[in-house]
Amino acid sequence: MGAEFVQLSLTPLLIGILAAIACALPGNFLILRRQALVGDAISHVALPGIVVAFLITGTVSTWPMLLGAAGAAVVAVVLIEGIKRIARIEPGAAMGVVFTSLFAAGVLLLEQSDTSGVHLDVEHALYGNLESLVWFSAEGWNSLVDPVALADLPPELVRMASVAFVISLLLAIFWRPLKLSTFDEGFANVIGIPTRVFSFGLVICAAVAAVAAFDAVGSIIVIAMFICPPATARLMTNRLEIQVLWSVLFAVLSAVLGYVLAGYGPMWLGGENAVSAAGMIATISGVILGIACLIAPHRKRVGTPKGL
Amino acid sequence: MVSAFLDALLLQAGYNAALVAVGAALLGIAAGSGGTFLFLRKRSLLSDALAHSTLPGVGIAFILMVALGGEGRNLLGLLLGSTVSATIGLLAVDWITNRTRLAEDAAIGAVLSVFFGFGVVLLTVIQTMSSGYQAGLEGFLLGSTAGMLFGDAIVITIGGALIVTVVLLLRRPMTLVAFDPEFAAASGVNVQRVDLAMMGLVMAVTIVGLKLVGLVLIVALLIIPPATARLWSNRTENVVLGAGLIGGVSGYMGAALSASAPNLPTGPIIVLMSFALFALSLLFAPARGVFAALLSRRRFRNRLHRRQGLLALAHGGSIQDRMTRAVLRREGFIRGDATLTEAGKAAAARVQHDERRWAMARQLHQLDGFSARYDSLRPIDSVLTRDQIAEIDRRMGDPAFFDRSGDGS
Repeated sequence: MGAEFVQLSLTPLLIGILAAIACALPGNFLILRRQALVGDAISHVALPGIVVAFLITGTVSTWPMLLGAAGAAVVAVVLIEGIKRIARIEPGAAMGVVFTSLFAAGVLLLEQSDTSGVHLDVEHALYGNLESLVWFSAEGWNSLVDPVALADLPPELVRMASVAFVISLLLAIFWRPLKLSTFDEGFANVIGIPTRVFSFGLVICAAVAAVAAFDAVGSIIVIAMFICPPATARLMTNRLEIQVLWSVLFAVLSAVLGYVLAGYGPMWLGGENAVSAAGMIATISGVILGIACLIAPHRKRVGTPKGL
Repeated sequence: MVSAFLDALLLQAGYNAALVAVGAALLGIAAGSGGTFLFLRKRSLLSDALAHSTLPGVGIAFILMVALGGEGRNLLGLLLGSTVSATIGLLAVDWITNRTRLAEDAAIGAVLSVFFGFGVVLLTVIQTMSSGYQAGLEGFLLGSTAGMLFGDAIVITIGGALIVTVVLLLRRPMTLVAFDPEFAAASGVNVQRVDLAMMGLVMAVTIVGLKLVGLVLIVALLIIPPATARLWSNRTENVVLGAGLIGGVSGYMGAALSASAPNLPTGPIIVLMSFALFALSLLFAPARGVFAALLSRRRFRNRLHRRQGLLALAHGGSIQDRMTRAVLRREGFIRGDATLTEAGKAAAARVQHDERRWAMARQLHQLDGFSARYDSLRPIDSVLTRDQIAEIDRRMGDPAFFDRSGDGS
């Protein structure tokens, strides 16, 4: 539990935790606004964005891909809104039309282009590769104060940390108007809060979190963390402030437990190889949600008769 | 490439390719028409949860079959496993929605991501079990027809045909329930059982389509064709038929196109084919299309300019607005110097008279919400009966010496 842990497990674990928090925070509001599946849609459309960015720049580098994925997310949101208005079909179906088509286009582009020389494939986009984000130059806990080793931290860690920080900051700054426009949009409008701006901003925020996390950990964690920790937290309390804190706790818990179980669980069971950490984190978040559905204090709708 | 595509279209590209194309067409018809009922009940995305929750079943079935000493890739066995886990996923969505305060979208998202995540865990377990077995299961994510066995193609074709038959048999009660569940219940249809049948159909489409389209994209086949058909018609039976047709065409064309060149994965091609049909419909559909909307906006604008322009002229005013002038000019109501023609005078008088009747009518009907229908655009005789108008004319003390034919615009 020393040098090896710092080198191989510390950074993936931290990245997993940060990704989980960055997704769970906006997830709280998405759940309350009945937009839980926005995260699902965004994480699907990130693929075509990343492929297009790769085709334009010809390299797998961070910033073009992030921009490409964010651009694709904006395109998808605009398309969904446009189809909803023009065709007058329900939002769920409009979303289904857009994200499946964009995802299909992404897969097709990927198959058509020559990506044999680079690390870019559909499986990677879905599962991510959390385990590979190791800190090579770390030699132990004292590397944490060694500037040479610190300079070699995986770039995903820095990126994920800044995204999580920015999202928390935005949430803290816009807390009141965001809360108001989530719970009572009409009232918020009347007292002069630009609810449409907040609504769009929230989706953009979710998109940024999804895209940053997507690159590091794949889309399964992204979708699971958008929904499961906030949904679990929703069953614990009636107060939004407390709910957000609970959701962060559940996100961290899922990330840590999932990562540890994926890495060491098979060995405890006599296996030799670790299983997918991303998949395991999603599974654990689901188990936590399942337990909450059974015993959490506020799991029932207000007004449900006793004994149900 | 073109000739290869034609070959595939005409089922000349080999026995397997032909079977796959027919299977894809049948699956498309089944998904389109079956998906319509889900679409009309506004539960389209439920199919996404269903599709993603098949993955753990596939993994467990594979592990079980290998553990029992069999061949892990037996398609029927894998499909059986996926049916079981998809059923569990569906029940989980239902249970969360009914028993907790979480909304259906949260339940769908949670089940989708958790089941899929667990499936991925199982896939990594399988990869480490023994290296020889790992190929094949990834095909369930995005579908793969390359290297599809003859038996697999048969399964898909028969499955598709069976689903289409069931849709044909159940279309009446399902239409009724999708359109108006309360009325259906009142007329003696067992709504719960029909709902169950509908979910069964969707599940069957998902399972049969797993190998062909893959679990990430199968949901598109259930959503896009109904959404497309809905643009063209307001009648349920037409939407069902249209969605089946659109799904069938996209399935057939997509499979043929995919067979005609390398690196064209079947699932994405079929999805993009149906999206192309959707985009075309969005532009050209008669009532809900973009062009139709532009046209009706233009018509509305013309009516507005004509009426307001004529009213202004009837009151002796002049028209400064260029658009109004252009509209009136085109109708032959004014001359180049913006003075009324004979036809224009008559039309202006009719419009003015209509306005006066409206004013009187709004006085008479102040309290019954009638006045809210006044938009200075609608001729009064399209709202009131002839007797009511005669009454208004009597009150106005002004025998209607204007044209009574009704063209008050």
